[in-house]
Amino acid sequence: MIEEIGRTTEGDVMINVGPQHPATHGVLHLVITINGETIKKVEPHLGFIHRSIEKMCESLSYRQFIYVTSRMDYLSSHINNHACALCVEKGLQVEIPSRAQVIRVLMDELTRIASHELWWGAMAMDLGAFTPFFHAFRERESINDIMEETCGARLTMNYMVPGGVMQDIHPNFQRRVKDFIRLYKSKVNEYDELVTGNIIFQNRMKGVGYLSPEDAISYGCTGPPARGSGVSCDIRKLYPYEIYDQLEFDEILETGGDSFARYMVRVREMNQSIRIIEQLIDNIPEGDFQAKTKAVLKLPKGEFYQRVETARGEFGVYIVSEGGTTPYRIKFRSPGFSNLSALDHMVRGSKLGDLVAMMGTLDLVIPDIDR
Amino acid sequence: MFIVKYIKEVFSGLKSLAIGLRLTLYYFTHHKEIITQQYPDNRETLNLPERFKGEVVMLHDENNEHACTGCTACELACPNGTIKIITKFDIATDGKKKKALDKFVYHLELCTMCNLCIVACPTDAIKMAQTFEHSVYDRSELTKILNKPGSEIREGVE
Ligand code: SF4
Ligand code: SF4
Repeated sequence: MIEEIGRTTEGDVMINVGPQHPATHGVLHLVITINGETIKKVEPHLGFIHRSIEKMCESLSYRQFIYVTSRMDYLSSHINNHACALCVEKGLQVEIPSRAQVIRVLMDELTRIASHELWWGAMAMDLGAFTPFFHAFRERESINDIMEETCGARLTMNYMVPGGVMQDIHPNFQRRVKDFIRLYKSKVNEYDELVTGNIIFQNRMKGVGYLSPEDAISYGCTGPPARGSGVSCDIRKLYPYEIYDQLEFDEILETGGDSFARYMVRVREMNQSIRIIEQLIDNIPEGDFQAKTKAVLKLPKGEFYQRVETARGEFGVYIVSEGGTTPYRIKFRSPGFSNLSALDHMVRGSKLGDLVAMMGTLDLVIPDIDR
Repeated sequence: MFIVKYIKEVFSGLKSLAIGLRLTLYYFTHHKEIITQQYPDNRETLNLPERFKGEVVMLHDENNEHACTGCTACELACPNGTIKIITKFDIATDGKKKKALDKFVYHLELCTMCNLCIVACPTDAIKMAQTFEHSVYDRSELTKILNKPGSEIREGVE
């Protein structure tokens, strides 16, 4: 049986999952080869939501292109915007006021919690539990309300601009974030009660979808899928940007390498984000929220690269400038694309019913993969 | 031995199910903790934060005057070509020709609510409105002229 895996033989059936399927989190098309209930091969077909964002950016100025990146990984839009802003700042060589830095980190971490929160609900829904979804959305909603008050949007923020942030934080911001922390801490036990401690859930997660550290590295996995296999890859720790080197937080590593390890990484990461927010929320320095920049930004000739840690892994922005007002070429390194490539390896030989659960633990956001 | 293990598993599974269901039952009986909003029934009481980006509007005061000089800074800042500024020449009282705004054309269907035009405007003539129910029957209704008919530029705005 084992040597047949990955090869089509007589008796194999090819089935299509998606592009529009309730379990695929967006328009991802999987062509699955199965023998009985055993998966032999999974081929993801991409391109259903390709918007040619990289090409689009070449005709937009350095202020304008940032908003497009909110539409890639829409659950980490702040962090995507942050990467672009940092990359442009690298080229401009501007100093960002410390107030802006703190606000940016606060927003990033709130986004991370919101994203993991949504993933947690969707993950449980993939396994057939519907209630956790609403519990997760309750907490996520209060983050969205905070964002709405300060940035004016709930998903596609466009709040980080080269030089700082677009607007100062709302006067209510600190109070509401503290309210959220209190709410989160009172509700986080419910998560364990409802899902993590459930034996049925654990049996479906443990020992399924094993990804060894070597494979995680060779497939280019980053973020929770890699850290679930024990590969240390947190950009906030390894290549600190902004003020992450002054903050106290742990990089979450699990060694299981299975679906449950990836699950635990995200759940524990939320607590670390809360820890970061708690350190900063009372210490937002006074001052400007934006550095003075020219109305028309021009990057010097050269290449600039900036990577950040989004909720899904390493996100990179690569700008090639010819010295003009628009980039010559922009390349985004999106975490979802590399994580998806490990899916085939992960599911080979396991049962069809576990496929959706394994996809869930990769936390795929399809617009991020397709761009 | 296998049977015992199997039965044990079934019971521990049931137990953890019951723990989860206890929480569901708790919320079932505690309506106060439910935060679902009854939209659209709560339209009247719905309060959106003042920064909410719903649609670009032009501010007019009670004399039907606005602050837009027709400088096209917003048009240049917009990534999507949402704004089109059409200017005209006014004859001022001293007989000089002066550039002024004729029509501020705004294509709501192209707007991504990125706020860049608002930031770019030197005279704060435009702002974001908190509307969000934008559905219409025909897309031509989404193209709007933001300056009101007969409106003029406010005295002293350069
Ligand atoms: S909000 Fe953005 S997309 Fe909309 S008109 Fe202003 S600049 Fe253009
Ligand atoms: S709205 Fe503001 S930026 Fe746009 S043309 Fe008028 S004055 Fe200029």
